[in-house]
Amino acid sequence: MGLSHLEAGQVLMMLIGSLLLYLGIRRGFEPLLLLPIGFGAILVNIPQAELMEEGGVLRFFYDTGILTEVFPILIFIGIGAMTDFQPLLENPKIILLGAAGQFGIFLTLLLALALGFDKLEAVAVAIIGACDGPTAIYVSSKYAPHLLGAVSVAAYSYMSLVPLIQPPIMRLLTTEREKKIVMGIEKRPVSKTTKILFPVVVTIAASLIAPLGTPLIGMVMLGNLMRESGVVERLKNASENEITNIVTLLLGLSIGATMEAAKFLRVETLMVLGLGFIAISLDTVMGVLFGKLMCFLTGGRINPLIGAAGISAFPMSARVVQVEGQRYNKKNYLLMHALSANASGQIGSIVAAGIMLSVLKGMGIV
Amino acid sequence: MVGKILRIEKNVGDRVDEDDVVIVMEAMKMEIPVVSPASGLIKVIKISPGQAVEVGDLLAEIE
Repeated sequence: MGLSHLEAGQVLMMLIGSLLLYLGIRRGFEPLLLLPIGFGAILVNIPQAELMEEGGVLRFFYDTGILTEVFPILIFIGIGAMTDFQPLLENPKIILLGAAGQFGIFLTLLLALALGFDKLEAVAVAIIGACDGPTAIYVSSKYAPHLLGAVSVAAYSYMSLVPLIQPPIMRLLTTEREKKIVMGIEKRPVSKTTKILFPVVVTIAASLIAPLGTPLIGMVMLGNLMRESGVVERLKNASENEITNIVTLLLGLSIGATMEAAKFLRVETLMVLGLGFIAISLDTVMGVLFGKLMCFLTGGRINPLIGAAGISAFPMSARVVQVEGQRYNKKNYLLMHALSANASGQIGSIVAAGIMLSVLKGMGIV
Repeated sequence: MVGKILRIEKNVGDRVDEDDVVIVMEAMKMEIPVVSPASGLIKVIKISPGQAVEVGDLLAEIE
């Protein structure tokens, strides 16, 4: 009987799985992911069921989808098909904020190395700073699959906590006057040709800079090209709906399956959670500081608060900026500007991951 | 801002102060209060709830 083999760790993991179910079902935190992850975590901790052993069904999903990186890659096509890069094309200089919002990744990498994480593990932990679930899953499944559960739980939890994590940092780093800056409308028309060329040009340019990021940026931009070209509506719809839905289910289950008590209940997991929090906070710090620099260089025409939206959590982060901006100046509507920064952050996180991997490869680490 | 008009909180002829909420818009699934830029009387309201608006559209006039 399974009951006699039940260990305390497994009971604890089932409780953690149930907590994820509760957060997804009752609190509405990322239910599409937390429900399959939570249930997967419960299943994999049932003694003698051996779902993660050789031949087990969860092991099969994990081996075919995660170890091969196929699941996160497929998700990227769907993201590309769903994303409208128009806000970014309307205001191209904002793209710099999308780069600044990624510095948390690099700072956290150094911190993780200093704390004694193995080099590949440090990469997987730092990538939580991309604030981008699929990128974090892709990188950790490639370089440190044993940390996948902790990294993805951290990435998705902090993404849903963005409205709590960012505002204190934004308030602390900006002056009363900066918070009140009203940004004018800078809207330039974007032609259909531009929107079609954008994914092709970005793919080639970004892949040449960071070849190891090609699978990520390539798939996002393929999805986006299908969307903007308007000629393959069926493929675009399938990517956006059926493919993304099926993969999300199997991906969530597989992530849950990495949360076996013996592998998850370690000090390492707590450190991953802690460093992930630091990574996202540092992204916000760097984004706002860069916003302040842009504010200075443009003679006060850019509100530094929008720098906080230079991360990939879309559109949560842009919403935070809108709310914060209006708190200090009721006549301030920063949403559209913040969305530009936020869309840049989505591309920025993928490019940053690619750059990090390419640099590490150049150094002979990965 | 691009979005949809959700509610109109004031009527034509109402006296409003600066920063009073006149209209509530919806964009990116969030409610955004649109406040009066100055104190005065609402002369006309150009939009109605449910209507989609673009950047630069005139919503109401105040005198």
